[in-house]
Amino acid sequence: MTKTTDSQIVARFEIEHTRYLDEQGQPCGELPEVAGNADLLRDAYRTMVLTRRYDGKALNLQRTGQIGTYGSSLGQEAVGIGFASAMTARDVLAPTYREFSAQLWRGVSITELLLYWGGDERGSDYSGPREDFPICVPIATHCCHAVGAAYAMKLRGEERAVVCVLGDGASSKGDFYESLNAAGVWHLPVVFIVINNQWAISVPRKRQSAAQTLAQKAIAGGIPGEQVDGNDFLAVHDRTAAALSKARAGGGAHLIEALTYRMGDHTTADDASRYRDAAEVEAHRADDPIARLRTFLEGRGLWDAQAEEALLKDCDQRIDKALEEYLATPPQPVEVLFDYLYAELPEALAEQRQQLLRESGDG
Amino acid sequence: MSRKTYRQAINEALAQEMRRDPTVVFMGEDNVGGMGAPGEDDAWGGVLGVTKGLMPEFGRERCLDTPISESAFIGAAVGAAATGLRPVAELMFVDFMGVCLDQIFNQAAKFRYMFGGKAVTPVVIRTMYGAGFRAASQHSQCLYPIFTHIPGLKVVMPSSPYEAKGLMIQAIRDDDPVIFLEHKVLYDDEEEVPDDPYTLPFGEANLTREGNDVTLVTLGRMVKFCNEVADKLEGDGIRCSVIDLRTTSPLDEDTILENAEETGRVVIVDESNPRCNIATDISALIAQNAFDALKAPIKMVTAPHTPPPFAPELEDLYIPDQAKIEAAVREVAAH
Repeated sequence: MTKTTDSQIVARFEIEHTRYLDEQGQPCGELPEVAGNADLLRDAYRTMVLTRRYDGKALNLQRTGQIGTYGSSLGQEAVGIGFASAMTARDVLAPTYREFSAQLWRGVSITELLLYWGGDERGSDYSGPREDFPICVPIATHCCHAVGAAYAMKLRGEERAVVCVLGDGASSKGDFYESLNAAGVWHLPVVFIVINNQWAISVPRKRQSAAQTLAQKAIAGGIPGEQVDGNDFLAVHDRTAAALSKARAGGGAHLIEALTYRMGDHTTADDASRYRDAAEVEAHRADDPIARLRTFLEGRGLWDAQAEEALLKDCDQRIDKALEEYLATPPQPVEVLFDYLYAELPEALAEQRQQLLRESGDG
Repeated sequence: MSRKTYRQAINEALAQEMRRDPTVVFMGEDNVGGMGAPGEDDAWGGVLGVTKGLMPEFGRERCLDTPISESAFIGAAVGAAATGLRPVAELMFVDFMGVCLDQIFNQAAKFRYMFGGKAVTPVVIRTMYGAGFRAASQHSQCLYPIFTHIPGLKVVMPSSPYEAKGLMIQAIRDDDPVIFLEHKVLYDDEEEVPDDPYTLPFGEANLTREGNDVTLVTLGRMVKFCNEVADKLEGDGIRCSVIDLRTTSPLDEDTILENAEETGRVVIVDESNPRCNIATDISALIAQNAFDALKAPIKMVTAPHTPPPFAPELEDLYIPDQAKIEAAVREVAAH
């Protein structure tokens, strides 16, 4: 056929999907380097289990009125541990509200998480990762902060990177697109992890975006995007490690879409059975990220029933101890309402502070 | 000491702070311009030229042209501030704050509080405001009452070149998020400004005229108008105090109340729209705390509750001017 115009393809893209272990925990092919790191694998598994035990406890605490509204991370444990274990201590995490596994890995304490969900701002003053951003509940606004933190690292010439975590729903927001664009054009050390758990409260993935993958949204910002099986610890860890190494070395930003499934309700203020087919949830129950890694570990002789028993006991002890600490923490003093507001309290507000103290009976 | 414009004073403040502190950076749309070719580099320096000339000294890494993504770069400035920098971000016109307000009032203003007192967010958001530039309804507003309403922010409105330099250096050194509003009609105003760096305090109003008859409380461009009216009326035997607020957050309540108690007659001049603005706020402050000292009803001179008009004749009518201020002062003085 004769061409009538001078048209040609000027750009094209592909999105790669990576997984190393199948749903049954069996290798799909050649395994990445991390598969040989027995200590790391066992630590990852332990923290995944700890996360799930903590998560169950937190749900019960909410139901008994001991913490506020809570969002479970059930079924998403491998994503958080996967990317967190690929980070160095000097990297910075900018999480949303379902990344407990990553936060626990990075040294946020269970007590701090309980304080946060119990409505105590001191829970966000982490004793462990001092430079990590606290949980961001507004959707995707923290993508812009991650860009700024990455710019600061680049300006100082540091070999560090920021990991910014968001959900499938957040990938529809302007802040996300603007951040991708800025991170691309400024060539910043930031890795965006889109945890696609298929549901944004009651809106399913297919009603969120007509894009074939969420990973491809990166392409428009001049950033590589790829997909991983988010229930495969090995895949999440391996691909994040590669993206972070590149980012720290000056190779620019990257996006990873991790496919997983939100097994629980959006939060305790939600009842997913009103809009989600029970058969769909059951189908996903068979694909459990913790079971997948355990099968793999057992197959390599790295884990057994005895180790599991000891682990569960240890997890429960840690959680019980944290719960005791949380319940024993005195409520925030009223003056923090003003004391956390400015570096130095303006004079006009000092009087309001005194008045509040008087009203509380402390003044 | 030398004569400097409002624009030069802000530029000099930025340059001196960037020399002093390597963590000070600036970013915004058209803040530099060009790609490095001779003649085209540093072409803009912001749409009204405030940052022009800084990039050759400090380099593009610290003088950042941003994509047209206000949410991204205001948010990035906030994130960079929380991780060790002192960014000065230029939100071109305050009218555009709607597209990034979430980053300002949900994020910057609340970082310290929501992070259990841990976070320090030393970010300055520079923005232009005000009518009189023939820039129409979406580029001429005075939206500072909106920022003033939000706990956690500091809100600064310099009234002259001297004020602008000292307040800008203070803003950069301040450990809290500062909204720094520059009146676009003042950029070419000129006065003697010290060459060395200096700061002017937040929350301490400046008494630009002292008189016992009427208290004029004002801010930004209106300070100049109020000074002119005070000087004129002195010849007629009406002696006015003029209080330049400098900052609406924090607010120097003491100076306002002391002066109002002394004169018993108050006119508040505020270029913004009159509902829930600085004039109503200060009016309430005085009514609540100095009611017994008042000899006349408090008078407010503001723009009408309409958008700033594009038509030049209407815009001139819209802006509180010397004639309106003078009439208000005479009315209060005669009460």
